[in-house]
Amino acid sequence: MRLKLVPTETKFDFFKRWKIWLGASALMMVVAMASFFVQGLNFGIDFRGGTTIRVESTQAVDVAAYRGAIDTLGLGDVTITEIFDPTFGDDENVAMIRIQAQDGEESVSAQSTTQVHEALKTVAPDIRIISVESVGPKVSGELVQTAVLAVALAIAAVLVYIWLRFEWQFALGAVAALIHDVVLTIGVFSELQIKFDLAIIAALLTIVGYSLNDTVVVFDRVRENLRKYKKLSLAEVLNLSINETLSRTVMTSVTTLLALISLYVLGGDVIRGFVFAMIWGVIVGTYSSIFVASSILLYLGVKRDWSKPSNTSGNQFANVDA
Amino acid sequence: MLHIDLWKRVLIALVCAAGLLMALPNAFYPRVEQSNDAWAEIELAGETPERLAVAEQWPAWMPASLVNLGLDLRGGAHLLAEVQVGDVYASRMEAMWPEIRDALRPERATVGTIRKQPSAPDEIRIRIGNPDGMTRALEVVRGLARPVTSLTGAGATDITVSGQGAEIVVTLSEAEKLASDDRTVRQALEIIRRRIDEVGTREPTIQRQGTDRILIQVPGIGSAAELKDIIGTTAQLTFNPVVGRTTNPSDAPGVGNKMVPSLDEEGVFYIIESAPVVTGEELTNAQPSFDQNGRPAVSFTFNTSGARKFGDYTRDNIGAPFAIVLDDEVISAPVIQAHIPGGSGIITGRFTVEESTNLAVLLRAGALPAGLEFLEERTIGPELGQDSIDAGKVATGIAFAAVLVFMALSYGLFGLFANVALILNIALIFGLLSTIGATLTLPGIAGIVLTVGMAVDANVLIFERIREELKTARGPARAIELGYEKALSAILDANITTFITAVILFAMGSGPVRGFAITLGLGILTSVFTAIFVTRLMIVIWFERRRPKTIEV
Repeated sequence: MRLKLVPTETKFDFFKRWKIWLGASALMMVVAMASFFVQGLNFGIDFRGGTTIRVESTQAVDVAAYRGAIDTLGLGDVTITEIFDPTFGDDENVAMIRIQAQDGEESVSAQSTTQVHEALKTVAPDIRIISVESVGPKVSGELVQTAVLAVALAIAAVLVYIWLRFEWQFALGAVAALIHDVVLTIGVFSELQIKFDLAIIAALLTIVGYSLNDTVVVFDRVRENLRKYKKLSLAEVLNLSINETLSRTVMTSVTTLLALISLYVLGGDVIRGFVFAMIWGVIVGTYSSIFVASSILLYLGVKRDWSKPSNTSGNQFANVDA
Repeated sequence: MLHIDLWKRVLIALVCAAGLLMALPNAFYPRVEQSNDAWAEIELAGETPERLAVAEQWPAWMPASLVNLGLDLRGGAHLLAEVQVGDVYASRMEAMWPEIRDALRPERATVGTIRKQPSAPDEIRIRIGNPDGMTRALEVVRGLARPVTSLTGAGATDITVSGQGAEIVVTLSEAEKLASDDRTVRQALEIIRRRIDEVGTREPTIQRQGTDRILIQVPGIGSAAELKDIIGTTAQLTFNPVVGRTTNPSDAPGVGNKMVPSLDEEGVFYIIESAPVVTGEELTNAQPSFDQNGRPAVSFTFNTSGARKFGDYTRDNIGAPFAIVLDDEVISAPVIQAHIPGGSGIITGRFTVEESTNLAVLLRAGALPAGLEFLEERTIGPELGQDSIDAGKVATGIAFAAVLVFMALSYGLFGLFANVALILNIALIFGLLSTIGATLTLPGIAGIVLTVGMAVDANVLIFERIREELKTARGPARAIELGYEKALSAILDANITTFITAVILFAMGSGPVRGFAITLGLGILTSVFTAIFVTRLMIVIWFERRRPKTIEV
């Protein structure tokens, strides 16, 4: 007896309400963007400069006392957060201290770190500094630029690749799904104020890759079925293709999620934000490849007559090994 | 129908075996690491029985490359420094002045008096008494220009000379600035490397980034501050004659002299002659030692020319004070007691043992040509790294087990085939990582976990396709063949697009992001390989042995 997450044959009608799905997605994107513009992202030091100091003590973290001790140093804006993690033992009490970039200094001086350490020792005598990361404003500015460029480049590269392998409607659908995923992920990060740093950009790009993976598998089947069932309407072909690949879509999403959830729970707090982004991305990516990419394809329409070559339908790369 | 050529079978098996073999050392990480270190020591410091014993913990005929652990896993310090290339322009210009003066002197009749004007540090302004002689003056000064010695600057000269009213303005030309920047950064890189090597830590990364930046990563070092102490100091050592001593910093030092603060005595300034007697460049050796009172000190030895200058000076100036200046601070200003002929001496000051050791290292390695500004610094404690490794191991293990069970439940025997492929896949990733000497970072582990999740995708695609083909009932062999054939385009398209994003991440990212891109990219390559070739080979071999009439996927 096999474990089957999806019945062998499914006949869900994914496009009965495709306008509603598209509308809902558009609405979610608007909400995400509003959150981004109103609240803004909680940028880590990678993107706005400054210093984070991770400290550990056997005593419970007293954020107010820590703050009191550090405020005497006059280092400007200081954020102190206690970190909880199931992997910590009872005597591991970890806090993260973030200090804004200091005027006229690129990276934090060793003195400030020592000062902070001394100040904290008055509160918790056994406190230790586990890690210090400091990024100057010059580098953080460049990192923002590179990050935005990387995401844009990835999307552009994908657009071109799909356009070469399929048709332009497919490429637009896939890219719309990607933008949807990226925007929603940024929205979640701004809504929940999770720290947004360099690693999250890596996660975003992986989401781009993953979502695309899903979309391409569906599209590949659409391309095949378009040739096979010339009589069916586009909506029917899309529906058929999604139903045929549904079992695979669910399987892959589940295995990936299994792996990611294990990492989320057990992988430690350092990469939790990163893994969260990917879990979110897998869910959103799976949704978008069905409801966004395919709906857009339905909206744009596809040229069905494959016998006559035309300028708009793909090109010599379109049928390489299909 | 289902057929794979023998040579292909052998090749697939060989690739897998090679991957496993290359990955094997990582399973015995500490032992292989010790062994590798011991071999390196033997190479460097000669063979001893103890070293050989440690080295032979791991057989020499086995591959011994390990995956490098990134700083976030091993702990250590990371610095991104910007070389202040502009510093060099100032000293170049300073050196130009006597040359220009000497060239203009014979022309006094035409140009009148020559006087250096205050100016920005990267230019010289010279006022001439007779502005009518400007043409001739410019001609003479331009005559001093030398061709730029670089590939890109061919045909250009090293200085730009222009006239503004009665002033001649001399600056370095753009081509020369570029060439000079390049030299400065190279030199700085080399000196940083020497200094870090002197301290003797394991596998430091010292790389040039962009035009004027240097990335320094040293695993195992306690903190970035410690690293900065070693590499952040310019360590320009000079020995200058002392003119006087004062507590008033606004005293005029007089022409050819300069005022420098004392390192130990607060509020005390020394007026010294600007031109040094000897500089640190003429040192051949420097060692931490102790003075006659048992306080930490640094002993040094000059090369022949340095020793002669030093000897002559001490002979002629017995009884006069003499300043030892490090980075524009007087370390000490002893009175010359006697002629010091041998070219060696000792620097005393209020050093701790550690400071004297560091100073000796800095003096031996040579001075940095320009200052460094630190743009980014990270210190990761070794325990945090170890925690991350432990957490990563557990998480990968559980993720792995969950996926294996899930696949076996979903696809039965075929699922088991996919599982074997998945295990091979991880081994191949580690084998490749070790072979190319890539660095495994925490996001890199996440990349592997993600690969575990996604690697089965290709197999899922194939198996689902085989299921579908089975429905049209043309026999199991045909179904398997068609399944592979028809799933191929989806597998390729899906993985190429993901691979594209991995490549972009690699190209644009830095540090940990790059680590993630590497494992993701390699994971895609190996998972496509295992899905298309390895599971297929397993299925074909199984099929040939059993010849089942029906199959269940």
